[in-house]
Amino acid sequence: MTDSGTTAFLPALGRALPAIGEGLLVTLEATALGAALALLVAFALGLAARSRSRTVRGAVRVTVEFLRGTSLYVQLFWLFFALPMLGFRLEPMACGVLALGLNYGAYGAEVVRGAVAAVPAAQTEAAVALGMGPGLRLRRIVLPQAYVLMLPPFKNLLVQLLKSTPLLSLVTVADLTFRIDQLRSATGGTAAAYLLLLLVYFGVAVLLGAAMNALERRAKARLGVTGGSA
Amino acid sequence: MWDMDAARDALPVVLSGFGVTLLATVLGFAVAVVAGLAVALLLRSGRRWIALPVGGLAAFVRSTPVMVQLFAAWVLVPGLDPLTLGVLVLGLHYATYLSEVYRAGIDAVPKGQWEACTALSLPRRRTWRAVVLPQAVRKVLPALGNYAVSMFKETPFLSVITVNEMVHEASAFGSTRFAYLESFTLAAAVFLLASWPTSLLVRRLEARLAH
Amino acid sequence: MPTDTVPEAPRARAPEKVRFEGVTKRFGDHTVLDGLDLTVAPGERVTLIGPSGSGKTTILRLLMTLERVTDGVVHLDGEPFSHMPAGPGGKLVPADERHLGPRRRRIGMVFQQFNLFPHMSVLANVVEAPRHVLGLDADEAAARARELLALVGLAGKADAHPTRLSGGQQQRVAIARALAMRPDLLLLDEVTSALDPELVAEVLDVLRDVADGTDITLLCVTHEMGFARDVSDRLLMFDRGRVLEAGTPDELLDAPEHERTRSFLRSLR
Repeated sequence: MTDSGTTAFLPALGRALPAIGEGLLVTLEATALGAALALLVAFALGLAARSRSRTVRGAVRVTVEFLRGTSLYVQLFWLFFALPMLGFRLEPMACGVLALGLNYGAYGAEVVRGAVAAVPAAQTEAAVALGMGPGLRLRRIVLPQAYVLMLPPFKNLLVQLLKSTPLLSLVTVADLTFRIDQLRSATGGTAAAYLLLLLVYFGVAVLLGAAMNALERRAKARLGVTGGSA
Repeated sequence: MWDMDAARDALPVVLSGFGVTLLATVLGFAVAVVAGLAVALLLRSGRRWIALPVGGLAAFVRSTPVMVQLFAAWVLVPGLDPLTLGVLVLGLHYATYLSEVYRAGIDAVPKGQWEACTALSLPRRRTWRAVVLPQAVRKVLPALGNYAVSMFKETPFLSVITVNEMVHEASAFGSTRFAYLESFTLAAAVFLLASWPTSLLVRRLEARLAH
Repeated sequence: MPTDTVPEAPRARAPEKVRFEGVTKRFGDHTVLDGLDLTVAPGERVTLIGPSGSGKTTILRLLMTLERVTDGVVHLDGEPFSHMPAGPGGKLVPADERHLGPRRRRIGMVFQQFNLFPHMSVLANVVEAPRHVLGLDADEAAARARELLALVGLAGKADAHPTRLSGGQQQRVAIARALAMRPDLLLLDEVTSALDPELVAEVLDVLRDVADGTDITLLCVTHEMGFARDVSDRLLMFDRGRVLEAGTPDELLDAPEHERTRSFLRSLR
């Protein structure tokens, strides 16, 4: 980081602001779409993991371990570089969203499974005694209570997912990291560019965390005092 | 389509990279275990002028992408070889997670243990070393194991600062031979084969310690 | 009284409300019920007494389908309940959800630990099942719920959160919640055992009102002998998964035949 690089940085930053803003939007888009897909995968796998059928449970176990065990980095590169060799070419952004959604969905599945299992069995029994069928019990009694338990781990996963999005710049997605890297090579203000990049990610992470905390407070308020009755 | 010859050639390349991946994981996690404990103890020091900046810095490192941290360290700390630098950055990043794990473990040691130490007039250092930490670490071993597996799967990030770990090697092989399918599939398989048994081991440890 | 009629599913009164036919229940190696035969007539009030672990609660849980029988058949209203006829021969096989679902609605249960839904207000707890199981519209379900909350003396607590109530109040909400389904068989599983002594009376008073004002069939497990004497037609003394002796409250409480019954009754004082 030379002086000339630093002095040239600020004016260049001003000129690059619109591009950086676009990059930020792309990062937010990837985070939102990735999280939405992850949520879908998490509920599908997490609920199937409580199936009565051993075959279903086994299939879920293998899927989850496969998605978690093969490394997000490798999954993304596989989708981007290897999949086209099998004749399927996905847009870079689609590769990114798919990899993020599947990988974090597998982690989320454990969260969903654990939270549902943590709702006391007595709650299900009370619902049975009221004549409620399995679907109704899950929807009206178990999931609303499990939801509160899911929020803190989901917050962690969401921030982790956001922190994984710079990966997308490696497969030509023009996200925040990609844009600021362009600014860096144009100005030579290397350290300043990366510091700025870290600060923006930090800001977004703090905002996401605060939003999730607000959701958690609201959910807890609906449950009355923390913990709830037996 | 799958090319068996390319796969056969890719295997030794990928496996040589796996050695570097393993080395980076072991060294990086060693850094994380020690630095994480240091952070946890500093946060517990009871001195605001230490706890506040350390806590703030840890939160910042924890909330920002390790990949960008690697880029930043690459330009800010010249003169270190890529592997050393990568191990330090990855290790410090995970230290911020582990400090939270240690904190939870320390909080989980019953108050009565501290009171017993006071009643025995044990010095503070001895209380930590002989009573609190052994119990806390035992409680957090499974969590540490999970983070080790998780770090292992994040070592490919080191390739952005030219460390020749497994995915870097797979990528290089893929581009020269135009055999990405074979090289990345092998890399994925190696990750799966290494991390699945480790996860199972951690889960068994968890079940054992639960009693 | 609202629990008197069952407009949803009119059906012929069978001579028996409940019949256990050779019912055995084992948990692993432990036999809780051993070939139990037991019949309860429609409108009858039966109280099960006996030392803990003697299988009383299991009888209620089997009826509520919270457990499955190991052997034997549970009949409800003169037809198989735990099992259903299948195939051309009409052989009995364990019942599936389609068989259990509509029949289970005739049974209500109040639990020892109340088991109110913590994510719903008091009113919502009582409205939930009539609305979503019976398909009542919102106004009708709410009207029924308010009527029952008034019956249990909690009209003013409709919008309160369950965890804000005392144990006695929570249990009265649970009674209203069970009655809102208009069951013709009510199971009471040690409903005062989790309560502080000074809160027991308010719950039992409500249950006496229910018993006096309706012809609902009652099956209770309780250690409150005063209550048992007041409401029961028949008392059954259980010991090790079998009925040791049976009789009217006066017979069983004042002149027990078996020494085990005597020592059990002494232990309650």
